[in-house]
Amino acid sequence: MSNPTENIVEIRDLDYSRGPKEIFKGLNINIPRGKITAIMGPSGTGKTTLLRLITRQLVPDRGHIEVDGIDVAKLNQRDLFRLRQRIGMLFQNGALLTDYNVFENVAFPLREHTKLPNRLIRHIVLTKLHAVGLRGAADMSPAELSGGMARRVALARAMVMDPDILIYDEPFVGLDPISMGVIVRLVRKMNDALGISSIIVSHDVQEISTVADCSFLISDGNVVASGSPDELRNTSSDLVRQFMHGMADGPVAFHYSAPDYAEQLLGRDAE
Amino acid sequence: MLRELYFILRGFLRTSGAMFLFFLRLLQYSPTVLFKRFPLVVHQIHNAGALSLVIIMICGFFVGAVLGLQGVSNLARFNAEDSVGTLTAFSLLKELGPVITALLFAGRAGTALSSEIGLMKATDQLAAMEMMATNPVRRVLVPRFLGGVISMPLLTAVFNVVGLFGAHVVAVGLLQVDAGAFWQQLQANVGSSDVYEGIIKSVVFGIVASLLAVWEGYNTIPTAEGVGRATTRAVVRTAIAVLILDFMITAVAI
Amino acid sequence: MQQTRSVELGTGLFVVLGFAALFFLTTQTTGSETFSGAETYEVQARFQNVGNLKTRAPVSMSGVTIGRVRSVELDPEQLNAIVTFAIDNRYDEIPDDSDASILTAGLLGSQFIGLQAGGSDTFLTDGSEIQFTQSAVVIENLISKYLFSSGGDDSE
Repeated sequence: MSNPTENIVEIRDLDYSRGPKEIFKGLNINIPRGKITAIMGPSGTGKTTLLRLITRQLVPDRGHIEVDGIDVAKLNQRDLFRLRQRIGMLFQNGALLTDYNVFENVAFPLREHTKLPNRLIRHIVLTKLHAVGLRGAADMSPAELSGGMARRVALARAMVMDPDILIYDEPFVGLDPISMGVIVRLVRKMNDALGISSIIVSHDVQEISTVADCSFLISDGNVVASGSPDELRNTSSDLVRQFMHGMADGPVAFHYSAPDYAEQLLGRDAE
Repeated sequence: MLRELYFILRGFLRTSGAMFLFFLRLLQYSPTVLFKRFPLVVHQIHNAGALSLVIIMICGFFVGAVLGLQGVSNLARFNAEDSVGTLTAFSLLKELGPVITALLFAGRAGTALSSEIGLMKATDQLAAMEMMATNPVRRVLVPRFLGGVISMPLLTAVFNVVGLFGAHVVAVGLLQVDAGAFWQQLQANVGSSDVYEGIIKSVVFGIVASLLAVWEGYNTIPTAEGVGRATTRAVVRTAIAVLILDFMITAVAI
Repeated sequence: MQQTRSVELGTGLFVVLGFAALFFLTTQTTGSETFSGAETYEVQARFQNVGNLKTRAPVSMSGVTIGRVRSVELDPEQLNAIVTFAIDNRYDEIPDDSDASILTAGLLGSQFIGLQAGGSDTFLTDGSEIQFTQSAVVIENLISKYLFSSGGDDSE
């Protein structure tokens, strides 16, 4: 890029609703280039939806989304696909293609978009698998993999085209502590070694604090706080502090949201 | 009452319209897939056709055998046992071959297609493909559609031939009908238009069964329950569509 | 690799089997090929009534099929039916005074042409016409004749 913008993703005045439910109202987010950005929030606040909007799997009702200076709303199918080749995405459960083994899964984007000879494809795929520590699993089928392994394979696949942006959708959900630690380390390693920008969506505050450079907390369709994880933790806002600390303590986070519901229920009763 | 009828009608029109547009989209990508990604189609011919072969042959044999049995025992009343070949051939080539093959296809290959595509959707595989800048309609749906469309006429032909063989085994082997009379009567009465009617039916059924299976899979509500429901719906809708179309084609052919 | 090979093999087997079946259906179940590849010569015969005789009906002599009906047409002048049939070249010594009749195989069976050998020294060749013919027996006529004649008996 001749004139790289400071932010890899810029979102301005985004509105999005699914059916009658408003998910985002005037959302503004700037995601910096070359850093690991965390997008946090309670379950059901539309974090995954936000990722799908950024990659234009969904189209916003109103507002502006720019990825690396390109307005994604204005792209035609071909240019959109060209942009997506520069974005690697890790889905919640890996989303490996069940038809193919691990090797072919990682090779899939290469086979689809390049005419590289088999030897070179093999070389690239094995390198990427080695980076995630699963070169030995190349011949296994996705069904044979554990959750953590599947996600590492998916990470290798997301990286195989050497993208500029890596997007992770809830990469820590349902993993044992060891696998989680492995993924956290990989995220850091990929970002720094390859100089890419990473976006992580998660509600796992503890894990994400150790890896993110900056973070956004989303609630009720808008950003309620932003900054580095430490800044967030020491914020004066009640809501943010409760969320950050509550999650760290485990069940407290669930108790925090309870009075809110109770108020709503009472309010409804009174009507 | 009138209002409900209006909603039902509107829903039906919308579904058929959407399905037709979907069909056009499949057709639009078909040539490139057929010529540039033929190995993908081969894989699906294997899944839809080659893997259905055994069940088609078993069913074909017994349908033919029972036609032979019924034919001989009933034609014997008119001293016309020799016509059993003709009877079997007409029943198989024009009606039972295409229809039963289509129903078996819906049960064996169609359900596999719907649930496979539905599961790929439920586990984000289709979305992942889209994120890898690959069009899932072209990469996943079109090869499966084409595999079904190509397989159906071939399966029907196999069904018919095995059915005739089954009838031959029963009529000639067990019930002492003269083999020469069986085939001569059959050849004297069956015209090429009869054969073509059956082939046309099998092609139409192939398109309909594959389209419905792929459509239901692609429009699955991405949950485990949704996949199950889509599979059931694909079979039921295919069965209804095949039987209605069978009547319509026969009416036109006659 | 191993897996793709078995897929290709299975698919190939299926496709070959399918096309073989299609070929069988289009060629072997229809009587379109009389004697596959064999040379034939054509003979004509005129009938007052051909009944349900159809093209491709067998032509037999002493119960052996020696040919097939090629066409059944109405002569616009004489208003009778001209039947053209092809006979296998192997049977080239059929006397030209043989007679042709339209017979029915069984009660519901299809109709065919039966040739009864004559005694002439000259034989049928391509384009010759059989002089002695017997029309199809129309069952309705037979029944009404029987009823009429038996009715006549009663009244006398």
